[in-house]
Amino acid sequence: MTPTITAALDPDAPVIELTAARKTYLTGDIEFEALRGIDCQIYPGEYVAIVGPSGSGKSTLMNILGCLDVLTSGSYVLAGEDVSHMNEDALASARNRRIGFVFQQFHLLPSLTAVGNVELPLVYAGVAPGERRERALAALDRVGLADKARNHPGQLSGGQQQRVAIARALVTEPAIVLADEPTGNLDSRSTADVLGMLDDLHGEGATIVLITHEGDVAARAQTVYNVTDGQFVGEGMGIAK
Amino acid sequence: MRSLLTMLGIVVGIASVVLTVGLGLGTQKDVSDQIASLGSDLLIVSPGSSTDDSGMRGGFGSAETLTLSDADALASDVAVPDAVGVAAEKTADLSLEYGESNWTTTVTGTSTSWTDVRSRELMYGDFFTEDDESSAAHVIVLGSETATELFGSTAVVGQDVTIDGDTFEIVGVLAEAGSSGDTSLDDIAVVPMNTMVETLDDSGNSESVQTIYIKAASSDVLSAASQEAQTLLLNMHGISSVDDADFTIDVQDSLIDAATSVYEQLTILLTGIAALALLVGGIGVMNIMLVSVTERTREIGLRKALGAAPATIRNQFLIEAMILGLSGGAIGVIIGVGLALALPSVLGSTIVISGLALIVSVVVAVGIGAVFGVYPAARAAKLAPIDALRDQ
Repeated sequence: MTPTITAALDPDAPVIELTAARKTYLTGDIEFEALRGIDCQIYPGEYVAIVGPSGSGKSTLMNILGCLDVLTSGSYVLAGEDVSHMNEDALASARNRRIGFVFQQFHLLPSLTAVGNVELPLVYAGVAPGERRERALAALDRVGLADKARNHPGQLSGGQQQRVAIARALVTEPAIVLADEPTGNLDSRSTADVLGMLDDLHGEGATIVLITHEGDVAARAQTVYNVTDGQFVGEGMGIAK
Repeated sequence: MRSLLTMLGIVVGIASVVLTVGLGLGTQKDVSDQIASLGSDLLIVSPGSSTDDSGMRGGFGSAETLTLSDADALASDVAVPDAVGVAAEKTADLSLEYGESNWTTTVTGTSTSWTDVRSRELMYGDFFTEDDESSAAHVIVLGSETATELFGSTAVVGQDVTIDGDTFEIVGVLAEAGSSGDTSLDDIAVVPMNTMVETLDDSGNSESVQTIYIKAASSDVLSAASQEAQTLLLNMHGISSVDDADFTIDVQDSLIDAATSVYEQLTILLTGIAALALLVGGIGVMNIMLVSVTERTREIGLRKALGAAPATIRNQFLIEAMILGLSGGAIGVIIGVGLALALPSVLGSTIVISGLALIVSVVVAVGIGAVFGVYPAARAAKLAPIDALRDQ
């Protein structure tokens, strides 16, 4: 595991490059094709939304993009690194260095403080405790929660918890921020809050991939991919905003 | 609370280990104290051979092959350096009289070293002196039982007893020593060797003695002392082969054997209980860790998503299992030591608390946590992050 985080990426090379990506699940004797050949390139600084009804394969796509699962066939190059055939350890390292996750369920550890939660990816990156604390506090400051660093998740509102999760996603300076239904558990005010924050991050040059089934959430993105039956509708075409 | 219940098995196991070892060491100490008081460092030289090829084995102790000069030679520091004391005994069953009462007992003629060699103490008065011995004085030391039989009391120093018409002054009464086998150690009368030879012995062989006791410097050098005594006596008697020896050297080991077998049975029993409790405790740890892995599936998934490698997750759960073992072991040690301190006053047995045993117990407890934590930890490490994250 390397303590150095993301090297500066070539702005002209795609940060995500999926080629003929296929994923087949075996449930007993039944084969289920979740992804049926997806090609897609996402460039640095892009704000992409992936939309589709449930069962369309967008969750599978999100798992693949997040290096949580591997393709059955095809290839996936993430920030210049082919992750298609990596083993568990290498995938863990790739997730740690390249990807910042924001989940619908927030997924904060209730036993840790806000700053402790934000530090977690740096623990696995092998960053020294002093630097860890410093960077985690800076990330919390970036999402406007510097004053809540010592609070436990239970003492924070849903919107605040999701902002802690965003700080945790940012703290490693990842190649992409992968947000899976980030507003699914939030009221409308917090939704606006969190989406505004993603807009700001995009404004600062972050690459964001947003997975959602809500059209108005997807409308914030520059590019929207529609997934249906494991394929991009219209030959993987993005809908330019 | 739940972890406390989990640790119960380990707590009980470790507490019983501490008690087992404590009781074992205590029993061992009791036994060796007891044996030391009877002479665990004692060699008994008797006349007659125990292995006689001719089959003509003389009655044990009946042959007159041991002499006073053998005893003097054995007392030499050069010939038998591992011996610290030698006392020869020349005995005769004689009747002691006081007024109207009389009592037949074993009258033993011996030297002043007898009290030290036989580990005996006096209740009243003093043992006879070197002067008494060289002058063949008519003095006598009685065992407590003998004194009670004759006088109805043990406070009899200064009184006289008559043996075969000769009058002896009682100079001391021995403290009680219990019995060895079927012989009472308290029904005895002791006189100086010279007195025995000149006044009481009518065997016609004034030089011969029945038994020579040799006290070794410690029980560790007992066999060395035995070897030295054997070599010396073979030389003195002009015998070249051990097989032809006209004497036997014995150790008071029957007591040790009996005590050791009791101690071993006790140890096996308690060790069994401890091992069973530790096994149950270990299974408890495994159980709680499996529950913990299931309950914390989402946490495991998140940690993996954030970049924790399988080995990192495995180590986390292994360490938790070891901490469970450590806490259980520590509590067990505290309870065990508490019981070890409280029990002796109730049971009257000695319990020795050994620091080494305590450390080993805690290490064993941590080891049990580690061993029984391996499977749950491996399960946690193998969880696929997507399944783990999806878990509600």
